[in-house]
Amino acid sequence: MRGERTFERPISRRAFIQAVIAGGATASATSYVFRGSSTLVGQSATSGRVERLITLQVNGQQRRVDVLPHETLAITLRYRLGLTGTKLGCDRAECGACTVLIAGLPHYSCSILTHSVRSRAIMTIEGLARDQELHPIQRAIVEEQAFQCAFCLPGFVMSAVGYLNTHPSPTRGELAHGISGNLCRCGDYNKILNAMMRGAEHLHNGSI
Amino acid sequence: MSDHKFVGHDYATPDLIAKVTGRAKYAEDMRADGMLFCKLLLSPMPHARVRHIDASQALRIPGVHAILTADELPVPPNITPLLRGDRLVGEHGRESTAVTADVGRPELGLTNEPMYEGEPILAVAAVDEVTAANAIERIIVDLEPLPFCVDPLESLRPDGPNARLEGNVNIKERIETLKWTREDWSEVQAGRLPFRDAPDGWAYGDLEAGFRHAAFVLDETLVHQSTSHAPLEPRTSMAYWQNEKVYIHGSTQSIVKIAQSIALFVGVDASQVVYISEYCGGGFGGKNAPGSSTACMAIPALLAKKTGRPVMMRIGLEEEHSIGRARAGLHMRARVGFRKDGRITAMDLFIVQDNGPYDRWGDAASCASTASCCYTPLSMRYRGTVVYTNTPPRASQRAPGGLQSMMMIEPLITRAARELRIDQVDIHKINAPITGTEYGARNAQGNRARLTSAFAKEALDQGASLFGWSDRKTHSGRRRGSKVRGVGVALSSWSAGDIGYDGLVIIRPDGKVYIHQGIGNLGTGSVFDTARIVADVLDTPWETCNVLWGDTRKHLPWSARQGGSRTTHAHSRCNYAAALDLKRKLTEIAAKTLGGTSHDYEVANERVFHKNDRAHYLTFAVAASMAQKFGGEYDGHVLPADIHPVTKESATALAGFGVMGIARDNYGRSGNTQSFVAGFAEVEVDVETGAYEVIDYAAVADVGTVLHPRNLAGQVHGGAVQGIGHVRSQNWAYDQQYGVALAKRFITTKPPTILDVPFAAQMQCGTVDTPDPQTPVGAKGVGESSIGAGAAAVRNALEDALGYGYLRRTPVTLDNILNSLEAGTPVDAGLTTRR
Repeated sequence: MRGERTFERPISRRAFIQAVIAGGATASATSYVFRGSSTLVGQSATSGRVERLITLQVNGQQRRVDVLPHETLAITLRYRLGLTGTKLGCDRAECGACTVLIAGLPHYSCSILTHSVRSRAIMTIEGLARDQELHPIQRAIVEEQAFQCAFCLPGFVMSAVGYLNTHPSPTRGELAHGISGNLCRCGDYNKILNAMMRGAEHLHNGSI
Repeated sequence: MSDHKFVGHDYATPDLIAKVTGRAKYAEDMRADGMLFCKLLLSPMPHARVRHIDASQALRIPGVHAILTADELPVPPNITPLLRGDRLVGEHGRESTAVTADVGRPELGLTNEPMYEGEPILAVAAVDEVTAANAIERIIVDLEPLPFCVDPLESLRPDGPNARLEGNVNIKERIETLKWTREDWSEVQAGRLPFRDAPDGWAYGDLEAGFRHAAFVLDETLVHQSTSHAPLEPRTSMAYWQNEKVYIHGSTQSIVKIAQSIALFVGVDASQVVYISEYCGGGFGGKNAPGSSTACMAIPALLAKKTGRPVMMRIGLEEEHSIGRARAGLHMRARVGFRKDGRITAMDLFIVQDNGPYDRWGDAASCASTASCCYTPLSMRYRGTVVYTNTPPRASQRAPGGLQSMMMIEPLITRAARELRIDQVDIHKINAPITGTEYGARNAQGNRARLTSAFAKEALDQGASLFGWSDRKTHSGRRRGSKVRGVGVALSSWSAGDIGYDGLVIIRPDGKVYIHQGIGNLGTGSVFDTARIVADVLDTPWETCNVLWGDTRKHLPWSARQGGSRTTHAHSRCNYAAALDLKRKLTEIAAKTLGGTSHDYEVANERVFHKNDRAHYLTFAVAASMAQKFGGEYDGHVLPADIHPVTKESATALAGFGVMGIARDNYGRSGNTQSFVAGFAEVEVDVETGAYEVIDYAAVADVGTVLHPRNLAGQVHGGAVQGIGHVRSQNWAYDQQYGVALAKRFITTKPPTILDVPFAAQMQCGTVDTPDPQTPVGAKGVGESSIGAGAAAVRNALEDALGYGYLRRTPVTLDNILNSLEAGTPVDAGLTTRR
């Protein structure tokens, strides 16, 4: 199966565009600086847009809050409601750190406009424990020493809780698929799955 | 099993409840009244000079408070001592991995000569980010483009461009110009690196004889990509000033050592910096380097000073790609000679390092020394060239050079094993080091680094048994439809310790034990795990122990950088020393209070007992009060002479709080501490689609005494997962014409997801659990030795599945596999760095 090596791609296309473009140019920052940048934290006073007072149902409470039309749920939660447990990792639906439950289902809050979730039940990591008692998933994480830096933890937990709401007895492989929309850069997936499977068992045994 | 009550046993670290409830505060979770936001203007060009900045329109926008340019940065008087100091107190055998002097312009937070696309030119502070963004769009920056280069080989080509105005390579800490000859370049065009002279290098043994005596010689050119550290939490920071002090909330791997260097970049005395980072959302080496970790924190700090308001600098994922750090990509030509029994007789490595624009990183040199440590060739030569490129700055990333070494050399070793009909485990064992093995370059005194302990062969044997190797290897080549199985073994090693830091432990009149830790909390858990030894020495419940960390106001002792896998070793040592000092003082206080001599007393269960009469005791609370009464060394009014000035300052502030245990780690050490991980993997490749799955992975670690089994397994498997990311999907791509990055996001340079690693069954982790004889607790670090084992075991398994010789660069992508299989020869992008 071993092939004879040939390398038929001479590196010949180096014409030094560098020198060509070295003639001088004036660049304004416009258009590239924010080409791919994050959602911006804004206030109506200066951004020229009108805030609107809306009511959100967050963690079982009615929260009245002024929200910009373009504001994402993650920004509202973090910067208006003080719920900083919801993390921003990529701010564009690639990592899942901002996952919250909306009507029981996991959603990336970085990619949801706040005004679109009025009158829907929103749950964040802060709303999971009840009366100082940890949710079974949270308890299982402590028992398994799962996660490392834990920046992805809130999103993972909300994903798992949402998944287990609809799939109460998954196999390890099914659960992995169920929470595969979340990234852990520390790579602690093995312990995360151990903990989530244990949490599913706790849920099954009717704790809380 | 552990002889200790606490060390070696699972427990829940004290930060977990805050983490699971969302109450753990990371840098972006901080708020302060009147807080402004700042945004950065990033260079659109890979290399340019700022001729003029016109910010007049921007400053007229309501809500814009200030603009900060590079001209306003305090130029640190001399960064070199900081960088050098870090190196000198570090792991001596690993000097090459630390930053060394940069004779050219150093990296500061902002620049008038951006040297990579995305380097910050200026920053704007405004009431909110929308306003700051609007302001930045109105700023006119007149840039003069300069020559650039995003591929190190391009820079070495005859007449190739230089990335820096001073030159293109670092030769003995000077920036100079080096171009290869046309003959050398014709080698590159033929797909090989030339074997020629290089600025760096060392050798030992008789290389020619080594090759003469070899039964089998491989000569391959391999390419390892650059990869961003890409922690999930970008390096956001927030700063404000109060009473002439600057308070900075950041995201860094270390505390004490970082706080020291922030002062240089902000232009204040170290005593004026309050640094807080209780939680760090991942670092992997990228939040340790003076350049990015501390220089960029000067931006909100200086804007806060200028505006008189707190300033938050939120960093997004793409900004993190630019100002964050990356692993240096390496090109290597390796000629390796094997005896019939698999023993490596000669290894000749020629390495080109893609260094980015700043500093001089040691990946190429470490790549060679790690190979020397892991495979102990009878003779060896290393030649290296560190080449500057206009790409984001590099820094140590989890086993810098070590991962690259395993990833590129392991496939050659297993290929030789196949050729010589030797079992893959056996060929690793015959080349593996043992305690006392010498490796790497000779130092000025003519000595080579000597291992304090090495149980690599034991790790390989245990791993083979844990993974069921004798059965697994029958899976090799097994077909199931279009799918074929492959199995792989790899051994990796990395430095695993440091010495000479200080421990500081106090029992206060509340009867509790306070353990002060100046290392960081980036998720490895060592900040807590190394404190457990105190509970063991005092034979006292862990629940009475409080770890104080993450905030310089907590009076922290001089501590290791949380890098180089230092802290488990370094801080189990100094905390042990401080705990012994505390124990001695407790028994002396008991003798002074209750009569007799200190030898009549022992310490256990929050009490100091009379050995013969257990009813005769002082509680810790009473002993702490008595210490306050006795003063002197007991409550920290008299301090040991040999502690670091930072520890002295903290201890002075804590004098009178209770009984103080304080000591420098003076245990000494003869040699270098390295840990080893043996990794075993099985993969399944679909030869019709090129897709592959990592079916299973198991590893056994030689890390000396185990402090915390669950955290250890997290490091062993977590490292493997990051290694698998390097095999599968993490890669940079550059537009060669404009020198701009094309892969800045998770979607384009993808870290492994839960489905990219074995998930259907638990991954196994074993330990040799034999203490290192040259450290009192016996513990060695593990964070970095784990990554190469995972990466190389999977890569070897892929080659095993496909037949050897198809893969010569990473990542191993689906199209790479498919095209090569179809062509019957390696099909890749030649030696270019960026596809």
